[in-house]
Amino acid sequence: MTDRRTTLKLVIAAAAAMPALRARANYRDNLEPGASEPGDVRRFEPTIHGYGPDPDLIKAYEKGAFWPLTMNAGQRQLAAALCDLIIPADEHSPSASAVGAVDFIDEWISAPYPKQREDRDTVLNGFVWLDGEARRRFEQPFAKLHEAQQRTICDRICDASRAAADLRGPAQFFAAYRNLTAAGFYTTLAGRKDLQYIGNVALTHFDGAPVELLRKLGLA
Amino acid sequence: MPFVTASSQRGPYDVIIVGSGAGSGQAAYTLCMEGVRVLMLEAGRRYTPATESPMFQTPDMAPLGGADTPDKNKGFYDATVDGGWDVPGQPYVSVPDQWGGHFTWWRARMLGGRTNHWGRISLRNGPYDFKPHTRDGLGFDWPITYDDVAPYYDKVELLVGVYGGDTSLENTPAGPGDTLLPPPKPIVSDHLLMKRAPRLGIPVLPGRRAVLTRAQDHRTIPGRLHPGNQRAQKILAEAMKKRSPCLWATPCGRGCAVAANYQSTTVHIPPALATGNLDIITDAMVYEVTMGKNGRANGVRFVDAKTGKHEHVTGRAVVLGASAYETVRILLNSKSGPFPNGLANSSGLVGRYILDTVGSSVSAQIPLLESLPPLNDDAADGLQVYVPWWLYKENLSHKLPFPRGYHIEYGGGRQMPSAGTFAGLEWLTGGSYGKKFKEDARRYYGSFVYYDGRGAMVPNDKSYVEIDPKVKDKFGIPVLRIHWQWGDYEQRQAVHMQQTFGELAEAMGGRVTSPIVTDPLRAVAPGGYMIHEVGGTIMGADARSSVTNRWSQTWDVPNLFVADGGVFPYNADKNPTLTIMALSWRMSDHILERMRRRDI
Repeated sequence: MTDRRTTLKLVIAAAAAMPALRARANYRDNLEPGASEPGDVRRFEPTIHGYGPDPDLIKAYEKGAFWPLTMNAGQRQLAAALCDLIIPADEHSPSASAVGAVDFIDEWISAPYPKQREDRDTVLNGFVWLDGEARRRFEQPFAKLHEAQQRTICDRICDASRAAADLRGPAQFFAAYRNLTAAGFYTTLAGRKDLQYIGNVALTHFDGAPVELLRKLGLA
Repeated sequence: MPFVTASSQRGPYDVIIVGSGAGSGQAAYTLCMEGVRVLMLEAGRRYTPATESPMFQTPDMAPLGGADTPDKNKGFYDATVDGGWDVPGQPYVSVPDQWGGHFTWWRARMLGGRTNHWGRISLRNGPYDFKPHTRDGLGFDWPITYDDVAPYYDKVELLVGVYGGDTSLENTPAGPGDTLLPPPKPIVSDHLLMKRAPRLGIPVLPGRRAVLTRAQDHRTIPGRLHPGNQRAQKILAEAMKKRSPCLWATPCGRGCAVAANYQSTTVHIPPALATGNLDIITDAMVYEVTMGKNGRANGVRFVDAKTGKHEHVTGRAVVLGASAYETVRILLNSKSGPFPNGLANSSGLVGRYILDTVGSSVSAQIPLLESLPPLNDDAADGLQVYVPWWLYKENLSHKLPFPRGYHIEYGGGRQMPSAGTFAGLEWLTGGSYGKKFKEDARRYYGSFVYYDGRGAMVPNDKSYVEIDPKVKDKFGIPVLRIHWQWGDYEQRQAVHMQQTFGELAEAMGGRVTSPIVTDPLRAVAPGGYMIHEVGGTIMGADARSSVTNRWSQTWDVPNLFVADGGVFPYNADKNPTLTIMALSWRMSDHILERMRRRDI
């Protein structure tokens, strides 16, 4: 049943669920957070209701079409500042917030599903820590800091594997937030252009790998 | 109007078919083309790929960037509607017999069932796969050989359109030479596998999927499939003309509005409807096969999912193609005087020997594939190449700690970025953010590949389904209770997959994205996860050791047949759908013959 996109999606789902880890560890960590013991009876029945099992797949949805966005103004300012610290504008493409990443993240953490609710706690708790840290060190909320000041804080939490023991929580928040920012940015037209993605267009024939490139890579 | 209701049906019908997926669609097609009046019952809603397939939609048009949720388990744009691991109001119960062993059951309550989203991978069982017991003493042989089924593989490939390449490799057969369409051209990551895998003695072949890489030959194929039947030929030619070749874009799993791949709803059902011999009732949740006084089935009962009304429809024969376990559920819920333990269950084997495919996966990051120039890698949505099982001799000589093989589904390339494409990259980027992160994203985009192992399962006594004594679904129908256990062979095979994938990644100059798993129960995906469940109404040589015979006919009830994967007494590594269709066509030919003899 598996096609490549499904597989990549599985890899991705695991990565999103465990932002500090490399992709998926194994199937069971993805599928069953609490591993079953022999004899455990589980009744498989859904209990969550979001957009339901039969949404209209053709129409394009605005962010917040299925559930209200919930970030307040202060949270959105912080969200935008952090989005653009992670994905700033450069010569190739605009910044993450300029293409709607804040709405994407707001929709994500406002969703009724378990994974998103977990991310909600991670993100909103992370915001509180980040603003607290900004005020403690620079007497300003994070969104008001200069980029150099923001970096002083974020350099310590940008890699969970190197973060100090007492910063592990914030580092996990930063990893999760970077995942969400990248998701919000690279799923847009601007993000696809930045990557020079040229697929998803109808073609009359498919040529496969260019021979010159194969030669260059030693694969011809 | 061929879509009817219980009150507007246009009986009498010759055959009642329960289900509308690969097996049921094939049965309806074959029977209707020969003039048989068929009523098809589908538990879910009517579904129209031409207008409902979100082919070119981009992730930013979907909630959560299209990510999977409890409502849409394989992502927002997956074709499955009203289905997934859980179906509202239609629970099942799972009892694992080992750690981590919950079986998960994917269902799709929609016309065409799971054929709307399936992977389209279409591999033939080989000669060994029909006689596994003869070969290594384990499990059961099929009561039929590869040669019995080969003509039907040819027919199905010609009808639905399957691309691939001929091969002389052991137990990896192809048709007589012209049943397959040309395979898609390989992309860069495919060439890397093709170059490096042979160094490890691992062969790489063109993939095989049910996708039209060119238009079907509507001038000659109808005559080959329906010799002497002008009307069927004409209908099929028209149907083939309406299918477009692949557009070389968009995931097949979203459904195909131009019918360039196989779905029952685009390939089987339209010509069957065009005969005028097929009526369909959707939202019809079948729960019982009814019996006449003569010991023969005379119809089925169902609940109208919209009104809750119980209905009864009748026919001269009943074909169950509800999916392997749903068919078991119907049989076990069809209790009567002569069949106190469920219909067609004199052997006590209905629900026994359920099987899935052994699954294990590894992904890797390949430096050679970093920072490539812009490339369109969409192809026909994957599996341009694959690795068939290559160690048959080692199986036989016990050089491996498991007796049966697996194949490797492989992929990579610059796919459309999704919500997770750049998640969890710290191990490569050192936690970059800012402009450096954007540079890293450009560098690593498209540099990942995956290896999915898909392996054979030997049947075991611990894996079976029965009716749960307490739980009922929203219609009041008793639900299934699924018991599941992987055998040692499957677990060891999964570890071998992991190790092989690690070696392949290394041979390709790459690094695996997660540690190779050597704990057997962690290496193998949970039961059901591959959505290849078969067995439960297994076919065999006699009525004591099987539920159905070589014609997929139940031993106990001569006009009751099984058209889905339930009849598989063994699940080779080959994905089951193509074989389900071939066996259903074969079964349908047998029904036609019996109808001509007036046995039915």
